Amino acid sequence: MRPGTLFLGAAAIVALLILPAVLSSYAVTVFIFIFFYGYLGQAWNVLGGYAGQLSAGHAAFVGVGGYATTLLSMHWGLSPWIGMVIGGLLAAALGAVIGGLGFRFGLRGFYFVLLTVAFAEVCRIITLNTEAMGGALGLYITFTGNPWQLQFQDNRAYYYLALALMLFATGVVAVVERSRLGAYLVAIREDEDAAEALGVDTFRYKLCAIVLSAFLTGLGGAFYANYLFSLQPNAVFGIPLSVDIIIRPVIGGAGTLLGPLLGSFILSPLAEIARIYFSRPGWSGIHLVVYGVLLIGTVLFLPQGAYPQLRRAWERRRAGDA
Amino acid sequence: MDLTLIAQGLLSGVLFGGVYSLMAVGLTLIFGVMRIVNFAHGDMMVWGMYLAWLLATRLGLDPTLGFALAAGALFVLGVLVQRGLVDRVRDAPHEMQILLLLGVGLVLENVALVAFGPEPQRAPSSLSRVTLWLGPVFIDMARLVAFTVAVALTVGLWLFLRRTDLGRTMRATADNPYGALVVGTDVRRVYAMAFGIGAACVGAAGALVAPILPFSPSAGLPASVTSFNIVIIGGMGSLPGAFAGGLIVSVAESLGALFLSPSMKELVSFGLLILILLLRPAGLFGRRA
Repeated sequence: MRPGTLFLGAAAIVALLILPAVLSSYAVTVFIFIFFYGYLGQAWNVLGGYAGQLSAGHAAFVGVGGYATTLLSMHWGLSPWIGMVIGGLLAAALGAVIGGLGFRFGLRGFYFVLLTVAFAEVCRIITLNTEAMGGALGLYITFTGNPWQLQFQDNRAYYYLALALMLFATGVVAVVERSRLGAYLVAIREDEDAAEALGVDTFRYKLCAIVLSAFLTGLGGAFYANYLFSLQPNAVFGIPLSVDIIIRPVIGGAGTLLGPLLGSFILSPLAEIARIYFSRPGWSGIHLVVYGVLLIGTVLFLPQGAYPQLRRAWERRRAGDA
Repeated sequence: MDLTLIAQGLLSGVLFGGVYSLMAVGLTLIFGVMRIVNFAHGDMMVWGMYLAWLLATRLGLDPTLGFALAAGALFVLGVLVQRGLVDRVRDAPHEMQILLLLGVGLVLENVALVAFGPEPQRAPSSLSRVTLWLGPVFIDMARLVAFTVAVALTVGLWLFLRRTDLGRTMRATADNPYGALVVGTDVRRVYAMAFGIGAACVGAAGALVAPILPFSPSAGLPASVTSFNIVIIGGMGSLPGAFAGGLIVSVAESLGALFLSPSMKELVSFGLLILILLLRPAGLFGRRA
């Protein structure tokens, strides 16, 4: 990494650290969503971006993480700080089951996509019909403001927590990217048969990718539950959340370190603005129309996402300066 | 369990299965010819529903006839989507095609939401309240008509693919697009026709269920997912597979609703899907890829 890049990264982090001091409470909320979706996008990026295994059921891991944390806290008084890790592990276990079945049986492309959707839907339907998990009504968390319960009076605490999550996931992905695992994953994405022929244990590394991705996403579920104070099966296990998770890294640049963050910085405020301006009755779908158009436009005109494009433009400028 | 109830469940399952089959036939045709999965399939169906509803409420045209107009409109939409969008990513990775069509689906769903609102609608039909008693079990006329029309359309499509020049060209292109190109086939036209016909099938299916079940713009995604299930269970790209798969899934859901609980019925089709994916990914009627 060049010193210039390092400096730029450090400056950005410092700026984000002091930002809440000048932001309104509402702006802080917008940033929390940017960080949170950036985090989820980064978690998805491990599997969908680097390994090239498109999962359209990542909501399942958010749901498992969120429900596990909340149920453990409700019934056994277990702090969500610990429950979060258990939720992440359970999500990782689910990831291992999906990956174990799917990759063992050689499901690729569309078949794998559908397997992930099917598992997420199965989770949704089971939760919807299980009274012990709140059923269709969902679970509601009572607000205590106790930090040990992962609840804070001050919105800014959530800001720092979400920022920490996003930076943590980005750090993990940076390590993966530079590791042997990362190289294997990219090889699998580019040409799985060739990777296999060269002796890469594709099953094993794809499994690693889905387990890591699911674990990180599961941790995110705990944050979701304790920030929004409610869990609804259709919201946390539903396909729309999965699409929300996918769309940011894709638009920002899947398989790149900063793509998911860039995607979230572009889309999350846009979603928020659209929600405010189009919340009048009869206009509620507009922001999703915008999403759809953006998705179509990205696929047609920026198939690698915005980040590689920005980077190329930046490098051209530098080359021009020199 | 009461035998009459089971017979009733089986019967409604089979009758509703015709519509499922028609949905899946459209999807499997598009996939068979182009190797592209239409992730906007269910959202196209929703437009079939709303068109039938508009025709019925504004013009008083019963969905029993209105389905033909809805199918025609969806044919045009399908051709436009193929020509304008899908054609540009024909050689792109699967993920890009999936994301593109997810985008199309999002637009279709939410334009419907803006235009028609989130309240559930149901297309009025003169057949809605007519029932026919067959001994202890009854037949809902609207379902019987939907089933008959859906089966007729599927058979018609099958004959079209077997007997007409365009149909044969389509099958040839599906088998070997490069070979078809070499012998002078206008492959782009074949693709546009396939996408158009596939969209018309699901549009007709939508129009046919519009009087049977209440629907809202969000019905698209579940319909897409159900179509995917059916097509995988039957075998991707196989027309008889999609037809049989539709009946199997519908009967399984109907019996599942009976034995488990109505809200658990989808679980049955996902269970079937996961089993098929693991044991026989090529599907019941599919050839191994």
